[in-house]
Amino acid sequence: MNAPVSTSPLLYEGADWDFATLMRIHDACEVVAVRDLGLDFYTNRIEIISAEQMLDAYASTGLPLFYRHWSFGKQFAQHEALYRKGLRGLAYEIVINSDPCLSYVMEENTATLQALVIAHAAFGHNHFFKNNRLFKEWTDAKGILDYLEFAKGYIAECEDRYGEIAVERVLDSAHALMNYGVHRHHRRTIDLRSEEQRERERRAHDERMYNVLWSTLPERSSSSAVADDVEKRRALLQLPQENVLYFLEKSAPRLAPWQREVIRIVRNVAQYFHPQRQTKMMNEGCATYVHHRILNTLHREGQLTDGALLEALHSHTSVIMQPDFDDPRYSGINPYALGFAMMEDIERICREPTEEDRAWFPDFAGCGDPMPVLRHGWAEFRDESFILQFLSPHLMRKMKLFHLKDDAAQPALRVDAMHDERGYRRLRRALAKQYDPAWTDPDIQVVDVDLSGDRRLILEHRVQDGRLLEEQEARQVLRHLAHLWSYDVLLREVDPTTGASLREHAVSPPR
Amino acid sequence: MQILDRRLNPSGRSLPNRQRFLRRAKALVQEAVRDASAKRDIRSADEGGEVSIPLHGIREPSFHHGSGGTRDHVLPGNKEYREGDEIQRPPSGGGGSGNEGSPDGGGEDAFRFVLTREEFLSLFLDDLELPDLAKRRLVEGSDPAWHRAGYSVAGTPSNLSLARTMRNSLSRRIALKRPRPEAVAALEAEIAALEGQPGSDDRIAKLKAELEIQLRRSQRIPWIDPIDVRYRRFEPVPRPVARAVMFCLMDVSGSMTEEMKDLAKRFYTLLYIFLQRRYKQVEIVFIRHTHEAAEVDEETFFHSRETGGTLVSTALEEMRKVVADRYPPSDWNIYAAQASDGDNAAGDSQRTARLLIDTILPACQYYAYIEVGRDGDHGMPGFPRGPTDLWRTYEQLVSAGAPMAMKKVRGRRDIFPVFRELFAKRGLLEEAKA
Repeated sequence: MNAPVSTSPLLYEGADWDFATLMRIHDACEVVAVRDLGLDFYTNRIEIISAEQMLDAYASTGLPLFYRHWSFGKQFAQHEALYRKGLRGLAYEIVINSDPCLSYVMEENTATLQALVIAHAAFGHNHFFKNNRLFKEWTDAKGILDYLEFAKGYIAECEDRYGEIAVERVLDSAHALMNYGVHRHHRRTIDLRSEEQRERERRAHDERMYNVLWSTLPERSSSSAVADDVEKRRALLQLPQENVLYFLEKSAPRLAPWQREVIRIVRNVAQYFHPQRQTKMMNEGCATYVHHRILNTLHREGQLTDGALLEALHSHTSVIMQPDFDDPRYSGINPYALGFAMMEDIERICREPTEEDRAWFPDFAGCGDPMPVLRHGWAEFRDESFILQFLSPHLMRKMKLFHLKDDAAQPALRVDAMHDERGYRRLRRALAKQYDPAWTDPDIQVVDVDLSGDRRLILEHRVQDGRLLEEQEARQVLRHLAHLWSYDVLLREVDPTTGASLREHAVSPPR
Repeated sequence: MQILDRRLNPSGRSLPNRQRFLRRAKALVQEAVRDASAKRDIRSADEGGEVSIPLHGIREPSFHHGSGGTRDHVLPGNKEYREGDEIQRPPSGGGGSGNEGSPDGGGEDAFRFVLTREEFLSLFLDDLELPDLAKRRLVEGSDPAWHRAGYSVAGTPSNLSLARTMRNSLSRRIALKRPRPEAVAALEAEIAALEGQPGSDDRIAKLKAELEIQLRRSQRIPWIDPIDVRYRRFEPVPRPVARAVMFCLMDVSGSMTEEMKDLAKRFYTLLYIFLQRRYKQVEIVFIRHTHEAAEVDEETFFHSRETGGTLVSTALEEMRKVVADRYPPSDWNIYAAQASDGDNAAGDSQRTARLLIDTILPACQYYAYIEVGRDGDHGMPGFPRGPTDLWRTYEQLVSAGAPMAMKKVRGRRDIFPVFRELFAKRGLLEEAKA
């Protein structure tokens, strides 16, 4: 058979594709990504999956293999019901921060959608994962797949040995505290590959470990030593501690070694996802900008038909749609929309700056080539700092952003700042704050353990802006916490400026 | 760069998670199934379907801010607001349209999802507190019988069809002109005979060339070629191909409460599911009666109210008529289930008993009588009412050896024992066959 020698530069025609098409698309995208955008990415692995497998992947937060838990079954059932009724479509793609970088693409996609997805995920997200500082410091792309494998096996083994119910109780409790299972500030480099090895060593070490909670040596009680004791105790227990799961894993007095390991697994998974929470907007903005540039370049070079470009643009524009705040479809600021708009805006400032841009961004306004600026931004910032650094007055005007202050003590809402000269900086600060988990999540830390009395664990919620916890759920979470701690738990909500206690929740462990 | 095709990976990866979820939410799902099966008609009882359970039972809690305090929202699409403007707080939901949704999404109060047929049925049967063995029999479809269905080109050696294979081989050999062994033998004999005879060299050379050709041909054209081979093909066929008709008889006079009817409905449903497993085609006839009986549709049967006295014999008479008209016992397996609160007009008992013994019971595979009562009747000291008229009548028949099951039913859990007899019979039959 003679293979027809193709002289046409077109990558494909029509909607059908096969593996060779995907390969051609990938290679063409790679050329543009390296030559024009200067991207740097992990090797790609593209996996083709069916709709059912996509639903599977949804249910386990996108990870290809995950341990078993009922909550994933619940999510699957929910997505499935919505999907079957046609209320919700499925994502075109899921991408995993791993090395090699895994992208799942759906078999139903047309050739153009595959091109869009490959440019978006396999190059955009992939570059972001490999270069962003948060991902580099906090996640281990090489080790994650092996670690998930280990976690799945370990939890299955625990289920065999201790029963599904017992494992489920620990997982339920740990999941409830998942947002409090991350180190936010200091961090040593992580190496998930050696986790399994460490687990074995740790078990051996634990048997010899000295636990301050079980100290039964007679104490010299003198009143002058009391203050000293508090300091010593806090130092020994590493208090105050913002990573509640870490604290439980290390110091909860009555957990079995396997329970500690299960908590550690939940904690490591939470830590792995932590950068994604902080960079959602930028990450999507980066990927959307990259696919937009790549597809347009391919079209200009004659590798895509006009029809294909129009189809891609149709998907592109529906992804970056931002309804106004008073639109019934409004559900918060669309990270794709804001992200893409910011990237395009930076490009504009580099190429055709106005006087205002030169005043606001003297470093790079008019520099001509946006890519070094963007690559620097993608590497060094997270959503909050990126907005603080790069959101321009031009874009604030274009999106007609305004800042609404909602004080429960006041009868009405107040417009605090809008897109004008007086408001730009305040508006930008307020928007940045919305993207800071340290601000949006309640600030809760473990502060003390009552060692002389009933081993009560004391936590503190440092109340910001008078926002107290939602009481019902807080008590449920505390019950989970008490279950892991095995003794009473007290959560104090305090005003950080005065130190006054605003509210207290005390919970005893379930008997 | 690598492209992998994952579509062929085993599906159902999330099944263990789903089972864990159903176990976790079992009480809630069971409640939902109970509601759903009460609403459905009997025929669709064993289909899967969407159920909805309250969300609070399966919530995953997390710390988050409650209402109150100061909040900031940055919103897009400003149209008329100026700095310092005050806006009326939207009536409900703290914080207006800018409020980020709760992590569970939208704060819906019901969680809807789809149960498969097996899951639905298993929960439904669980609710009736069926023993596991009986449940398995009901949930599993009957295993199919294998019937011969033509020939195929692939199969196991034991299914090789020799006759068919040889027929193909023969026709192929004829078509391709493979020399028959006899023809070759004849040629060889002729050469041997001519050998040594003077003047026949030419002839021998010709014959030898001919033999050469024939031998080559028989070598090239095999005796049996893989394309000749045929295997006997079998196809699975659902085993019982019989028909059954199920008669639902019910007293609908004023003394039957909704609750009693619901119990009766459950009994009918279970019987229907059971029959469906055993028969390819199952029809249902609903006959309700007061002092007169009529065949009605399911909706009317369960939901309309009638007034009047109670004459059980009218229902039996109606059933006899229907059987005579449409369901000759030689062609149909007839099952009948009667539900009543036990009232019958004095003087009708005799007639009822006669009808049963003479016409109904001989035609039926199975006749069940369930007497429904209120929960309250159960533990009353002294049981103020003695056995009802109908009960006394039927009891006499049973003690005389009539093939019928009877049971007082006061709650869902009482329903199954009525079936026990039926299952036991079936079990014995199977043992006898084995």
